[in-house]
Formats: sequence, C-alpha cells, structure tokens
Amino acid sequence: MKAELSPRLKTFLYGLMCVLLIPFVFPTWWMATSSVKPISDIFAFPPQLIPESYDWTTYSKVFELQPFVQQYWNSAYIAAVVTIGTMAVSSMAGYAFARIRFPFANTIFMIVLLGLLIPSEVTIVPLFRMFLKAGMVNTHWPLILVPIFGAPSVFATFVMRQFFVTLPAELEEAARVDGLGRFKIFRMIALPLAKPALASVAIFTFLHSWNLFLEPIVFLSSAEKFTLPQALTQYTDAYGGPMWNIQLAAATLTALPVLIVFIIAQKQFVEGLAHTGLKG
Amino acid sequence: MAVAQDHASPEGRSSSPFWTIARRDSLAGFLFIAPQLVGIIVFVLIPLGLVFWYSLHEWNVLANTFTYTGAQNYQMLIEDSNLLEVLGATAVFSAGLVVFNLSLALLLAILLNQRLAGITIFRTLFFSPVVVSLVAWTIVWGFLLQKNGGINGMLQVLGIEGPNWLREETTAMISVIVVQVFKNVGLNMILFLAALQGVPNELYEAARVDGAPRFKQFRRITLPLISPTILLTSIITIVGSLQVFAQIAVLTQGGPGLSTTVLVYYLYQQAFQFHFFGYGSTLSILLFLIVAVLTFAQWQMRKRIVFYES
Repeated sequence: MKAELSPRLKTFLYGLMCVLLIPFVFPTWWMATSSVKPISDIFAFPPQLIPESYDWTTYSKVFELQPFVQQYWNSAYIAAVVTIGTMAVSSMAGYAFARIRFPFANTIFMIVLLGLLIPSEVTIVPLFRMFLKAGMVNTHWPLILVPIFGAPSVFATFVMRQFFVTLPAELEEAARVDGLGRFKIFRMIALPLAKPALASVAIFTFLHSWNLFLEPIVFLSSAEKFTLPQALTQYTDAYGGPMWNIQLAAATLTALPVLIVFIIAQKQFVEGLAHTGLKG
Repeated sequence: MAVAQDHASPEGRSSSPFWTIARRDSLAGFLFIAPQLVGIIVFVLIPLGLVFWYSLHEWNVLANTFTYTGAQNYQMLIEDSNLLEVLGATAVFSAGLVVFNLSLALLLAILLNQRLAGITIFRTLFFSPVVVSLVAWTIVWGFLLQKNGGINGMLQVLGIEGPNWLREETTAMISVIVVQVFKNVGLNMILFLAALQGVPNELYEAARVDGAPRFKQFRRITLPLISPTILLTSIITIVGSLQVFAQIAVLTQGGPGLSTTVLVYYLYQQAFQFHFFGYGSTLSILLFLIVAVLTFAQWQMRKRIVFYES
C-alpha cells in the first residue's frame, strides 16, 4: 500500500476526496453564508452559494431576542469549570490506580469502570429528583457536578490511568529516596510528564460539556440560565417555526470560535483524540 | 518491597511504627481516588438503584405524591403498543449508524493513509465537524433538508425533484443517521488511520513479492491486524448511538409518527414531557439492559473475530 502511486491514480484519489469532502465542509459554509442573507433569499432558487445581498441585522437580533451574551457566558464558564475539575479528579484517580498499591484497588477500579457502562441517560430521572430535592433544579450545579464526578469523568480517569501505567518506575523511586511524599511526587514529577494525556482529556471534556443538550433541557427552565445548544433552538416565531437566519447566525457564533481554535491547533486535537482512543 | 523500606523513615520524621510506607501509600491511594469514587457512588450507583426503585412507583411532581404501584409499570411496558415501533426505530438507527459510520471511517482512513501531498489538509477538513457544536451542526442540516432547502435546491438544478426529507418515514430515518455520521465519523477515521499506520510495512512488501493483489493484501493483512480497532470503534459507536438525543429532538422530534423515536427520545418524552416518571424509569432500565447486553456480547465476540490483542 505504500508503493508510489501512479499519476492517474493520484488524480482519482484527489477527486474522490474532494467529492467526499462536500458533506463535511459545505454545511459549515452554508451556515455562515445563509446567516447573512436577507430572509427573502435564504430559500431562494437557485441556491445562492455566495450571498447576493447581505443583511447583517440577523446578528443584532440574536442578541435582542434572547440574553445571548449571558447564555454564551453560561456555556463557556460551565465548560471551563467542568474541564478543569475533570482534569483534577481524573488525573488523581488515574495516578492512584496506576501507581499506588492500596487495598481493594482493583475492585474499586472495576466499580469506577461501571460508569462507562451506564450512560447518563439511564440515570436522568433519579438525578432530576435528587437535584430537585436539593433545590438545584434551574441552577447550573447538575451540569457541573455530574460531569466532573459522575459517569462522564470515568473515561478521563481511564485515559489518565493508561498513561501513568507507562511511566518508568525509576523516576518515582529516585524521588522517594529524596524523601518526597506521594502528593509531591504526583504534582512535581508525574503530572508534568502527563501533559499530552491531560491535553486529550481537556479537549474531549470541553467538547462534551459544550455539546450537552439533554441535561440542560431537563434541568434548566429560564432563558438567562440556558446554555448555547439549548438557546439555539429557542429562536422561533409565534407559531413555533424556526427563524432560520437568526438561528443560523447564533449557530455560527457558537461554532466558529471552537472551529478557529481547532484549525490553529489541529495537530494537538487530532492526535490528542486519537491517543485516547488507541489506548482504550 | 514496601516491607523492606519500612525502616527507612522518609522525610526524616521520627515515624511511629504504625505509619509505615505501605500504610501511608494506602491512605494516599484512598485520598487520590476519593473524589472519583464518591462521585460514582452518588451520581451513578445510587441513581441506578433508584431507577429500579422508581420503576415500582408512580411519582406525580405536581401533586407531590410518590406511590408504590408494584409491577404496574412493567405491565405497561409489555402492553405498550408503541414500544415495538420504538425498539424497531432504535435498532434501525443504531445498525444503520454503525455500518455507515465504520465503513466510511475505514474508507477515509485508507485514503488518508496514501502518500499524497497536502493530506493533512484533507485530514483536518474531514475531522472538522467533530468540533462544530452539535446543535449548530444539526440546525444547519435541518435547514438544508427542508422541502425548499439547499439540498432539494441543488437537486432541482440537476432536474431532480427531492423528497420532503424530514417529513417522510424512510428519508427521515436516513437523514438522522447521515447527519450523525458526518458529525462524528472523523473520530473513528482517526482511530483507523492510527491502526493502519501501525501495520508493519514489511508485511505488504512480502505480500507484493508473492504477487498478492491489493484486495487480497487488504483482506488478509490489513483487516486482521486492525481488528482490535474495529471492535473498539464498534463498541464506542453502538453505545454512542443509543445515546443520540439532540439530533432527533432538533431534526424530527421523533416523527413522522414514531418513525425516528429512538428509545432515549421516548424515555425523555414519557418522563419529562408527559411526566410519567415511573414509566420513564422502567424505560431507563430497558436502555441499561440493552447497553449492558450489547457491550457484553461484543467483548465475547473479541475472542472469535479479533486476530490479536495488543
């Protein structure tokens, strides 16, 4: 398979890939361009691949119809807190499962891994009742606490454990001879070496939190508490039909920042996510 | 080994004989895992127990009553005339998703594994939907799939009358599958690409010397060697397909009829739209059992199909 390809085969492969790219790339282009078309043009025939006239007021309407800045902030801060919290919880647990000998370690590890088997959708009803009793419905607590400590963090712990298992034991033994305690060994020796694994955990945790949809619509009921995915679906007219160009403008504002970060750091993204899967 | 070190008192402390290194390590281990373990108990295991408990009750939020109803919810489950259709939709959705996702992922990975200039750009573009916000991606596809939307507009330019994608049963199911596959196939593509790159080149060279055609090389060398990755991705993809909710909620709301009402969406409707929390819990148990059985079955398959374990 690694033999030199003939020019004809090369042309064919490039052509095939370009055709295959259409459903991956075109929707994003269509989203961004349609968001600046006047409402009369968005269903125009023939379809306007490049807008013929522009209507930028869709973007001001995004902010007029809903507290969009607040909703943006909600999504951003929740994702940031969940990401940092998950990194802390999973790196500590992963380190202990990989490097520390303690009683029942294997049994406890199996119990924790159960979290992988139980999708959070299964437990959504009791979680709703628990948070209702705790007075935390229509707050962001369920969206923060469950991902950091519950089932979604288990995969992160697993990834961190698989990484720490590969660290050579000599590094730690030297530190122990120097009299370092466990926490210091973890923080000063193991953790700095774990940067690639931590980066993967950060990326998939952030994306998971940023995309969360079922939990917000179950737990949140007032517009100023909404997160972005939920807010996007709220741009509807009096009959419940979507206001397409405004929805698309809000969707563009939601998608673009992450997309730009991805294009800048695509190597880290792709390799980070591949790394986690491979070790699984 | 730990016993041998017991006498060396670290950090120069005059350690009492009780706090040996082994004991300190045990304490440290428990403290390190405590947040995760407590989290799993509070947010996963207790709720899982409660789901069973709730499935034996009817909880009325408005009247704030919680009454024991015995096996009534299970009786309802058996008699639910919608359930067969829902399970059928779930099976079609998951099977369609897995087959389409894995074959496309493998095809893309093979293409990206060729020696071509600028291949990283293609890799980045194929991967990009993974980082696009899920609901944003779904909204733009919903927009494209409208009767007078972009896709039918292009088809009309070619002289083809497109269907009303989201309002007809077959095309609605195809649409939700396709939207989901293009969103996430990049992940499996990357996993397959890494697996392909791990296949030793000498094997292909030896096969070429023996005059084996490309297709045979693929079937006899590539497929067996990447079979652990195929198993891994199929488990991730199947379990993930059972959790798909946002796409259904935004694109079809389970319609037309019940044709795209997958189990998670039905569970959400019963519990949080119609407030049948007891019955919703019963459906949760059904979902849990399906996930558990599928995962178990796939791990069993590993022994038969997978060529080797790394």
